[in-house]
Amino acid sequence: MTDGWRHSEGPFAWRRSLWLAALLTPALVVMVLFVLWPLLSAFRFAFYEFNGLRPSGFIGLENFRQVLFEKPYSDWTWNALKHNVIAFLALMLFENGTAFLIAFALLKALPGHRVHQVIVFLPVVLSAVIVGFLWKLFLHPLFGLVNQLLGLVGIGAIPWLGNENTALGSILFANIWHWLGFPTLVLLAGMQRISKDVLEAARLDGAGDYALMTKIVWPLIAPSVTIVTILTFIGSFNWFEIPYVMAGLTGSPGGSTDVLGLYFYRTAFGSTTTGIQDFGQGSALAVLMFILVAGVTAIALRYLRRREIEQ
Amino acid sequence: MNRRRIGLALAAASFAWGFATSLAHATDVSFWTWRQEDKAAYNELFADFTKANPDIHVKFESFPDENYPTIVSTALAGGKGGDVIHTHAYGWLEQFVKAGYFEPLDMPTVPSLANQPADALVSGTYRADKKVYSLPFASQTLGLFINKDVFAKAGLTPPTTWDEFITVSKALKEKGIYPLANGMGTSWFNEMFVAIFTNPFLGQDFVSDLTSGKTTFKDPRYVAALGKLLELRPYMPDGFEGIDYETAGQLFLSGKAAMLAGGSFDIATYRSQNPPINMDFVAPPTAKAGDTPQATKFFDGGYAVNSKSANKEAALKLVNWMGTKEFGDKFSALLGNISPIKGVVIKDELLSHVAKLNETAMPHINVVYFRFEKPTGSELLQGDITKMMSGSITPDQLAADLTDGLAKWYKPFQGK
Repeated sequence: MTDGWRHSEGPFAWRRSLWLAALLTPALVVMVLFVLWPLLSAFRFAFYEFNGLRPSGFIGLENFRQVLFEKPYSDWTWNALKHNVIAFLALMLFENGTAFLIAFALLKALPGHRVHQVIVFLPVVLSAVIVGFLWKLFLHPLFGLVNQLLGLVGIGAIPWLGNENTALGSILFANIWHWLGFPTLVLLAGMQRISKDVLEAARLDGAGDYALMTKIVWPLIAPSVTIVTILTFIGSFNWFEIPYVMAGLTGSPGGSTDVLGLYFYRTAFGSTTTGIQDFGQGSALAVLMFILVAGVTAIALRYLRRREIEQ
Repeated sequence: MNRRRIGLALAAASFAWGFATSLAHATDVSFWTWRQEDKAAYNELFADFTKANPDIHVKFESFPDENYPTIVSTALAGGKGGDVIHTHAYGWLEQFVKAGYFEPLDMPTVPSLANQPADALVSGTYRADKKVYSLPFASQTLGLFINKDVFAKAGLTPPTTWDEFITVSKALKEKGIYPLANGMGTSWFNEMFVAIFTNPFLGQDFVSDLTSGKTTFKDPRYVAALGKLLELRPYMPDGFEGIDYETAGQLFLSGKAAMLAGGSFDIATYRSQNPPINMDFVAPPTAKAGDTPQATKFFDGGYAVNSKSANKEAALKLVNWMGTKEFGDKFSALLGNISPIKGVVIKDELLSHVAKLNETAMPHINVVYFRFEKPTGSELLQGDITKMMSGSITPDQLAADLTDGLAKWYKPFQGK
């Protein structure tokens, strides 16, 4: 029997093939039905005009032209894309930067580091919807914890989520609070894989914490940095749950928290309070998002992998 | 032997079939809605219907409001969905009708259409073929909630004109009471907020000029009315930009705020949340003394029949019944909504006062006229109004954005 598994020829070869096919089929069916088919449908719909809720005619690249170059849609697209880019940069700098520092501190295994490790990771297990609601309450202008604490030092009610200048930052802060534990854990795992001999040798050569961090740890955790960067990029450009809960489908106030995920959703599926559903334009946005995320991820992976090898 | 067994089995099956059919000969009609909170009331109404039509049972099925359009459109596209669908009105309805998902309603099949006033029928009519596809279920009125106890305690009288509103608001603020509970934290309500306070300054003439193509939103009357909204800012709660409509409701109910711009759709909710509250619902302040009080009115939606329904006849029978005075009377009594059906008696004092306001009310301009194509007036206005209230754009800019955006599909605005 085992021979039959090992060799592609022989009396059991067909059974092996059948067995493999049986194992692969359910996964393939699910992938085709729920991933490939919707993806291809979105590609198809992106080239159609919709009359009401049904495709009425092939219009080539018209939907793409509208969302990229025709006002007000183009304004909304670029505005949302700008916020995705800001989110990516902010998360790279503040979330992953802080995660790196925390991971380095945890690596030193100071007293109580295990408790800290759990505390840092704890919010990650919460649902994004819960985190969104929680921070919406904390940031409430009148009753929120944040303003009440600020009130103790004489600062008046700040409408964190109602002001165009503070809304996106507030939502990013909630997102960082939620996800900080994940890059911390990935980077810590990377740091723990560095040979102790290397770290001790550096110490013996007189390297301080800063030199250890920048000259030894940082270059040696390149694979972890690659993973964190790619996941942050994908997360930033598919960002939806927390902005949706904290700022609503319109990315209020005044579109200052609008991101591509929200814009796509309300374009394709409409909302009770704004009216129309447009699957054509929505699909065009989805295709553009797919191309952007898949394309940039592929290029970034190539670059980051090369960096890993160089290191 | 085998043949005998098969014969017996067939006889038993035929008997069981006949027995089951006699028990379940009634038609089950499903009713889809986003109004989960109205389940008990609808079930009571449907029980009345079944009493009069014992062969039809109605099943209430509700879905989350936010995802309702997606759920309904997906189901209907697949030839499924409820037999009777609770719809929103105007542009929302039109996209479903264009796709052929709903059955046209006419006098032979739904004679109760005759009980509907003309402006209500418009909300359920497809503009292209002038046929009614959704039987209107309720009118909604936008105006001002007044906490009478707060006013009495402060020794003040609720305002009726804009100048009085400002004077009273100043006095309330000095007494540590928020004059107006509203903020700008809920996009869909911001649009209603605009309608409530601008309509008394615009008047029916402006609506006629706008819809006949004589003017646009760049009209100085509209810009000036928007400017009035800026005068409200000092009388709204601290950090009003971030106060959502739910919080505003709580500020009003708790007596921390004296007035709330809101909709008649919340009367029942507020009563259940604070039963002893002594409140009134009035028209917003008029531009000047002597002007006709002008609340804002629109029709929320209606009842439509799924064109792919397997129980179309029963569904049409149900919809027809939902247009009768018998339904309207009980609907208004149970749900605290104003049925548009002619002759409906509204016993509740506050609701009957709201019905009176409807007689001189203005239409909710964006909802009634500018939600048919993309970009809708609603998405344009909802996007800009928070910017205007926070001072980052002017009323002129908002008016221009609204006009230019709508000009994409609304021909009378093109080139203006």
